Amino acid sequence: MSIAFAIILVTIVGILGAVILVLAAKYMHVEEDPRVAEITACLPGANCGGCGYAGCADYAKAVVESGAPVNKCAVGGAACAAQIAAVMGVEAGASVKTWAVVACQGEEGVCKSKFEYQGMSSCAAAAQLFGGPSACAFGCIGLGDCVKACQFGAIEVVNGKARVNADKCVGCGACKAACPKKIIWMHSEPKKPVVMCANHELGAKVIKECTAGCIACRLCEKNCPEEAIKVVGNVARIDYAKCTGCGTCIEKCPKKVIKMPADIH
Amino acid sequence: MANLLYIFFTMVLVQNYVLVKFLGICPFLGVSKKLDSAVGMSLAVIFVMVLATAVTWPLYALVLEPNGLGYLQTIVFIIVIAVLVQFIEIVLHKYMVSLYNSLGVYLPLITTNCCVLGVTILNFTNGYNYVESLFCAAGSGAGFMLAMVLFSGVRKRVDAGNPPECFKGLPITLVAAAITSLSFMGFGGIMSSIFGIAA
Repeated sequence: MSIAFAIILVTIVGILGAVILVLAAKYMHVEEDPRVAEITACLPGANCGGCGYAGCADYAKAVVESGAPVNKCAVGGAACAAQIAAVMGVEAGASVKTWAVVACQGEEGVCKSKFEYQGMSSCAAAAQLFGGPSACAFGCIGLGDCVKACQFGAIEVVNGKARVNADKCVGCGACKAACPKKIIWMHSEPKKPVVMCANHELGAKVIKECTAGCIACRLCEKNCPEEAIKVVGNVARIDYAKCTGCGTCIEKCPKKVIKMPADIH
Repeated sequence: MANLLYIFFTMVLVQNYVLVKFLGICPFLGVSKKLDSAVGMSLAVIFVMVLATAVTWPLYALVLEPNGLGYLQTIVFIIVIAVLVQFIEIVLHKYMVSLYNSLGVYLPLITTNCCVLGVTILNFTNGYNYVESLFCAAGSGAGFMLAMVLFSGVRKRVDAGNPPECFKGLPITLVAAAITSLSFMGFGGIMSSIFGIAA
């Protein structure tokens, strides 16, 4: 008898709860924008975070609710932007291709080494040991933490230095986050040069460490017709808002540190 | 009044749900990565604990206990808490969107949180009356918040450290949690001395 009563009681509680929730869901329903689901369906679902949002669904929400640009998805590219634009009823605009650049030319034979590293095969681990085996404290260690971080197979280590395949790179920035030396930069100007060095030390010291490092001679700064390039902290930095891509700095650089994206490899 | 404060602070420090009783470890480890989400989660927990106690106490004392069905408390409480949390979520989404957004995903996470169930059941084990139960629930929630906030600070340091590969992530976090929990053992007996009540 008491078993029957117990079953009945639990059933009643369950049914009461269900009725309350059904009524609540019916009378207090909040309209969600159906476009959020549509845009989420258009996105590749890699959830890489390259757009700057927490994931594909978060980006879709931002597009609908706060008017985020439709061309932020680097993985889906122009096709994806066009689909989102169709859902939102706006012009897609040009999807900006962004890719990673390893700002270092210190391959084997170019950059000297400080000691022979025999620890575990990880840049993060090597960087803990006197800043890594490379003589240059700002150079690529070449143990491939970025290669492991890349979901798209766009990075490989060649001659002790990481190289990005710009065609495969989708610009999600995972390698940039993984690099313990912080020498991977995101670049989005195919016709404007890149400074391929991140060494902040004085020129005399750089010369001793590497044959392809920025020595802060300021020849690029003095010769730039647009005043777009400045040596900041002993390394050249380009202001892409001013740079016209004339290439004067590339000619003037005695160490051949400044390169056009097409000539990087 | 001293009795109520005694219950409240006992739940916060001496009988802390997370660090002493080891209930609610899942959100404790999952949501303590950032301070603001830890605070958001804790506020939601306090809110739900007090409300769940307010509903389950009369249910137990007026329906289950008089009919000799006290053994049904676990299953009935789970149903009631789950319904309550879902209902609150719907109401907040409709009428208090800002609170809904700030509680975010944490509210549904609490639905089956064992420390909420633990509070509602413990109230009867300890023989608290209605007001005492509410204070106990509020204290438990506040204790949860204290643990979350403390641990989000600990975790910041742990994440910045560089432990061996095999300890990275959850293992080193669990070790840190154990040490934090050990420190709470030091509060044992402090409340009975302060309030002059035999524990």
